Amino acid sequence: MDQLFFAAEVFLNGLMAGVMYSLVALGFVLIFKASGVFNYAQGVLALFAALTLVGIQQGQVPFAHLINAMFGTNLHHFGWTVPSILAIALTAGIMVLLAFLIEKLVLQHLVGQEPIILFMATIGLAYFLEGMGDVMWGADIKTLDVGLPQGISDTVETMTADWLGYGFFLDRLDIWATMIAALLVAALVAFAQYTKQGRAMRAVADDHQAALSVGISLRFIWVMVWSIAGFVALVAGIMWGTKSGVQFSLSLIALKALPVLMLGGFTSIPGAIVGGLIIGVGEKLFEFWIGPLVGGATENWFAYVLALVFLVFRPQGLFGERIIERV
Amino acid sequence: MFYREAGDFKTTYRDDGQTFPIRLDRWGYYVILAAAFLVVPIYIDAYWANAVLVPFLIYAIAALGLNVLTGYAGQVSLGTGGFMAVGAYAVYKLMTSFPEVSIVIHILLAGGITAAVGVLFGLPSLRIKGFYLAVATLAAQFFLVWLFNKVPWFYNYSASGQITAPTRRVFGYAVTGPTTSAPAKYLICLCFLFVLAWAVRNLTRGTLGRKWMAIRDMDIAAEIIGVNPLTAKLSAFAVSSFLIGIAGALLFAVYLGAADANEAFGINKSFLVLFMIIIGGLGSIFGSFAGAAFLVLLPVLLKNILVGSFGWPTNLAAHIELMIVGALIVFFLIVEPHGLARLWQLTKEKLRLWPFPH
Repeated sequence: MDQLFFAAEVFLNGLMAGVMYSLVALGFVLIFKASGVFNYAQGVLALFAALTLVGIQQGQVPFAHLINAMFGTNLHHFGWTVPSILAIALTAGIMVLLAFLIEKLVLQHLVGQEPIILFMATIGLAYFLEGMGDVMWGADIKTLDVGLPQGISDTVETMTADWLGYGFFLDRLDIWATMIAALLVAALVAFAQYTKQGRAMRAVADDHQAALSVGISLRFIWVMVWSIAGFVALVAGIMWGTKSGVQFSLSLIALKALPVLMLGGFTSIPGAIVGGLIIGVGEKLFEFWIGPLVGGATENWFAYVLALVFLVFRPQGLFGERIIERV
Repeated sequence: MFYREAGDFKTTYRDDGQTFPIRLDRWGYYVILAAAFLVVPIYIDAYWANAVLVPFLIYAIAALGLNVLTGYAGQVSLGTGGFMAVGAYAVYKLMTSFPEVSIVIHILLAGGITAAVGVLFGLPSLRIKGFYLAVATLAAQFFLVWLFNKVPWFYNYSASGQITAPTRRVFGYAVTGPTTSAPAKYLICLCFLFVLAWAVRNLTRGTLGRKWMAIRDMDIAAEIIGVNPLTAKLSAFAVSSFLIGIAGALLFAVYLGAADANEAFGINKSFLVLFMIIIGGLGSIFGSFAGAAFLVLLPVLLKNILVGSFGWPTNLAAHIELMIVGALIVFFLIVEPHGLARLWQLTKEKLRLWPFPH
């Protein structure tokens, strides 16, 4: 019985980890649908957003290390702190600016290239942003606190202890993250379905040329989609950053989002969510049951191997559109 | 004025199909070979060997390997680091289990083992294509590195979890272990690179190479004209992994001396080698060399300028290096998707007309 409760707890924690993966995967799907770009840099965007947020919040001087090295000064902080809400708004603004720059400097020049070239370009972009984030804000591990509740939820523990005789340990942050992610998904779906811009976005996703011919500006849509993806990255960055500190490993979470996408299918928003949940639960349960037998740390590779095995049987993923090839 | 084919008559198909059809190119190639084998080993010192030449030679092998798979056969792989780890751990197990056998045989066997592993992970490529495959090869990367970290048999139950290369000799000279001299390191890597590059060049212009390129350009069309995708794709995986395995074995045994799977063969290695072939040129032997040279030299150069001349802290220089590498990748993809190899080709075209362009 206890074993079962343990497993249930692991399952719930897996679900919540899965929500986090879905959050990153969502950014991928948005960009992929609208511009056909498989954006490897999504995870680094999250890292960059989190770094910028911490930097603004704590009043760090951007490029302080570079300026110090060049001019021999000793700058670090402006000496003020910015309230969380304002800092988040400012960071969102920076992400929009970044989206604009990416469109202007990179994507615009690569229109019509093969998908794999675009993918490699985003790998380059990821390296650039990673370096820039470190040069701008320093590479040390930072703690991020925007006032989200943390720690083990007492209410859940006492409630389940009363009902089942077994107290479930759930992190309050995870519960909040799940709710915020659900809200975000609902908002995105509503945006895509019911607003003018959302409709334009779906039109672009369906057919670039047809969309262009009815007067939709491709460039505007792309900047908009990258901005939204930047915003999603910001949310993901806040969640992961609060959970485990703002550090380089944050960008590796993006890599985890790749098998999530493979599983769910690249073009499907529900797919990203379901894929994330499957991977999250799967890797937690696998680690719980099989992990101890083979030495642990199976979370490093389980998601990829699962996606690999799955793809062999269904190459387009769970909800992806069927791949039709012609000569 | 000097660089042209005028007066360079060919009377057989064999002459016409050779790798360097222009006489000046051929002589240049012989001169470079002679210098690399005879002159450089006399003057090489530990700094040049460790910082520039040995890593260049080893990464050139790895880049050649990945170029076979990605550049010629069109299968994008992000598992290079994992396959290099297979080569390194295989050579380590062979060296410690059979000390009396020559290290050269061990390195070749390590390549063979890696080829087998590569074929295994290449099997899904028959169903999965494009960047789906790229992500699927990540499974190889993470699973293999995890395996070498978690199963103590692979590192002979050493306390640190690291593998350390014992001293092995070729013709009486130590080529691995702490007492290895700079020329010995350099020469063993050079010999492997020379033989492998020669082999790859000849493979890629034979039947096998043409099959690979047909698969790359469009696999369904290739299948219709009679190329068997199973053998073509798997042979590309096998040849590529063989080279990458040898590169991994040399990287561990000759260059690093001691290695830890996570640090030496992480995901960053995969990207590094991928960048080499993007910058150098996909589907080009010269491109593999150029890309490896570029990405080995760039950090050394930047470090000398930023840390040496400006006196900036090392970690800042490392971050700026990341930015520059990233920006260069994007720049190359926008301006010249065929890489340095294409630039070199354009230079040669210009040179043929110079100084009378009409």
